Amino acid sequence: MKTDIILAGVGGQGILSIAATIGMAALHNDLHLKQAEVHGMSQRGGAVQSNMRISDKPIASDLIPMGAADIILSVEPMESLRYLPYLKKGGWLVTNTTPFVNIPNYPEVEEVLAEVKKQKKFIAVDADKIASEIGSKRSSNIVMLGAASPFFEISFESFEEGIRQIFGRKGEDIVNSNLKALRAGREFAEKNR
Amino acid sequence: MQKLLLLGDEAIAQGALDGGMSGIYAYPGTPSTEITEYVQASKFAKEKNIHSQWSANEKTAMESALGMSYAGKRAMVCMKHVGLNVAADAFVNSSITGVNGGLVVVAADDPSMHSSQNEQDSRFYGNFAMMPMLEPVDQQEAYEMSYHGFELSEKFKLPVLLKVTTRLAHSRAGVQTMEQKAENEVSLPSNLTQFVLLPSIARKQYKTLLGIQSALEEASEESKFNKYIDGSDKSLGIIAPGIAYNYLMENFQDKELNNPVLKIGQYPIPRKQIMKMIEECDRILVLEEGAPIIEESLKGYQEAGTPISGRLDGTLPRDGELNPNLVAKALGFETVLDGEIPELVRNRPPSMCVGCGHIDAYEALNESLKEYGTGRVFSDIGCYTLGALPPYNAINSCVDMGASITMAKGAADAGLIPAVAVIGDSTFTHSGMTGLIDCVTENSPVTIIISDNYTTGMTGGQDSKALGRIEDICKGIGVHPDHIRVFRPLKKNMDEMVQIMKEELTYKGVSVIIPRRQCVQTMKNKKLAEQLKELNLK
Repeated sequence: MKTDIILAGVGGQGILSIAATIGMAALHNDLHLKQAEVHGMSQRGGAVQSNMRISDKPIASDLIPMGAADIILSVEPMESLRYLPYLKKGGWLVTNTTPFVNIPNYPEVEEVLAEVKKQKKFIAVDADKIASEIGSKRSSNIVMLGAASPFFEISFESFEEGIRQIFGRKGEDIVNSNLKALRAGREFAEKNR
Repeated sequence: MQKLLLLGDEAIAQGALDGGMSGIYAYPGTPSTEITEYVQASKFAKEKNIHSQWSANEKTAMESALGMSYAGKRAMVCMKHVGLNVAADAFVNSSITGVNGGLVVVAADDPSMHSSQNEQDSRFYGNFAMMPMLEPVDQQEAYEMSYHGFELSEKFKLPVLLKVTTRLAHSRAGVQTMEQKAENEVSLPSNLTQFVLLPSIARKQYKTLLGIQSALEEASEESKFNKYIDGSDKSLGIIAPGIAYNYLMENFQDKELNNPVLKIGQYPIPRKQIMKMIEECDRILVLEEGAPIIEESLKGYQEAGTPISGRLDGTLPRDGELNPNLVAKALGFETVLDGEIPELVRNRPPSMCVGCGHIDAYEALNESLKEYGTGRVFSDIGCYTLGALPPYNAINSCVDMGASITMAKGAADAGLIPAVAVIGDSTFTHSGMTGLIDCVTENSPVTIIISDNYTTGMTGGQDSKALGRIEDICKGIGVHPDHIRVFRPLKKNMDEMVQIMKEELTYKGVSVIIPRRQCVQTMKNKKLAEQLKELNLK
């Protein structure tokens, strides 16, 4: 079993807490894990990605080869398209539909979403909307993780356990709102896959 | 002993803590910063009183670590690759003084320049200083090399250079820790002139350093970090140091690798294994994450003329970091891609944060300089370097830490008056102060803007040595108090800011202007909030 995930977004959007939660879920299942992050200059509002690899066998490269990713999980729609060369045939593109516009020449959102919908397998979810509907605006990144969770060979309970461990020290309320976000994202993906 | 999920940087830190380190010294620099931060956050380090505070720059860090080694204890010093340029004087000479307590120097290289001005390979420095070097393949080896690095250093009485690159530094994986070792006791060097590099002593010790080289080579040949993996297909032999070995193996996940492979993790280059490969293989492919150092040196090992490919003959690109696809191409494997990037995808370069004080300072500066025209602003290394990008287009140089002040001086000497320098608070105490002395002693007509945000911003908000000290430092160096001007960079203060800048731009001497406002990224930092309250700063 092996799952390669490209996590994508803009510096400051919280893809590293998604990565940390997946990491915990993987450890919970005694899986091997490698996760390459971007630190430094790009974190200042630039395009950022994290290469996450989970396997029941030892993993060689920290970087996912092009054409090999099982999932692109993006918290921003245009950023989801930037890594398409990494997606393998039959891989899932899972993206938030709310754009993060911090450049003057950001394309029309409808055109961006049209490109997303050209993919054979995609989930396009308005994570920001779902997050505010469940009363937890800041959990949109965890909604996204929930929406991608069906495509991992990891049980949903392991992701829940990951949430408890990552957010545990921030208190019961934060844990519960993130669990709610995770479930809402999962539900959306199950209905729309 | 436990299994931890660690970044490569954190694995180095944990290895050092478990290996009996008594102090770590560093100036923040991507991708090395997290090593020191890990020690700073470690409860164990706090209990044991292990030194972990930031140094003013890489040179002071290197020297302090050497001092701790003199006193018999194990020390580590960490920096990014270009930081080793700053520390180079102390670094190169430290292999002539040698060490007392084990000393591990960590240089984190940044091929592809994700967050750097160049992609120099620190192994050049290791060769230059003739000291043993370690280059880990993964997080586990990073841990073990750090852990055993102190012993290696004490065995040969030399510092050890541990080199990593961005990918490993910032990638997380499981690491199995080893038994905790005790720290060394304080002890003087057995020879009290060992660290006195008077010519007469240095000549002698340099000969010792030269004499020990064959022993270092033997240690490499015997090292568990260097592995010769036999293969039946001798038409090609592959040399893969450090993380390149992983990219090689990634290409053989579902097929067999039958070629001989030499994985290198310890330098000097293991001659015995290299000779074996030259003798038994028809052709050699060298996969190096950094510069073609092994590739170039192979020529010196052989008369046979075994063809060598790598970065020099175009088999791999001459610049940039490696990845599994580049290695696949070098091996002659085809990569079939399904998707491509749609045309509408735009670049999203990094930018200064919304609400950043540097932005207001640049807007005031651009306005103030209108009457003089563009092209006279020298800047430095930090978040404010992003002022080079639109819409600001505010600066004309970014070379090395501290170069803003001294380049402005040189330009002013040439007649470009006024010449302006823009430097951050932490960069100023790193390497700007000495340049300011040059300006003051000649009363150069330069306007120096020290954009003070109370932190080392670009690397993630580490302590700034300049906190609460900038005016005193400038006065002490000799800047006239009338020409040290402070303001709060905010849109509503624009008129005042422009007025101050215009006044100082006409002054034919050294002016220091300090736009001062807290970095928006540090607003949640409680320790800093307390310090600012104490200093009555906001």
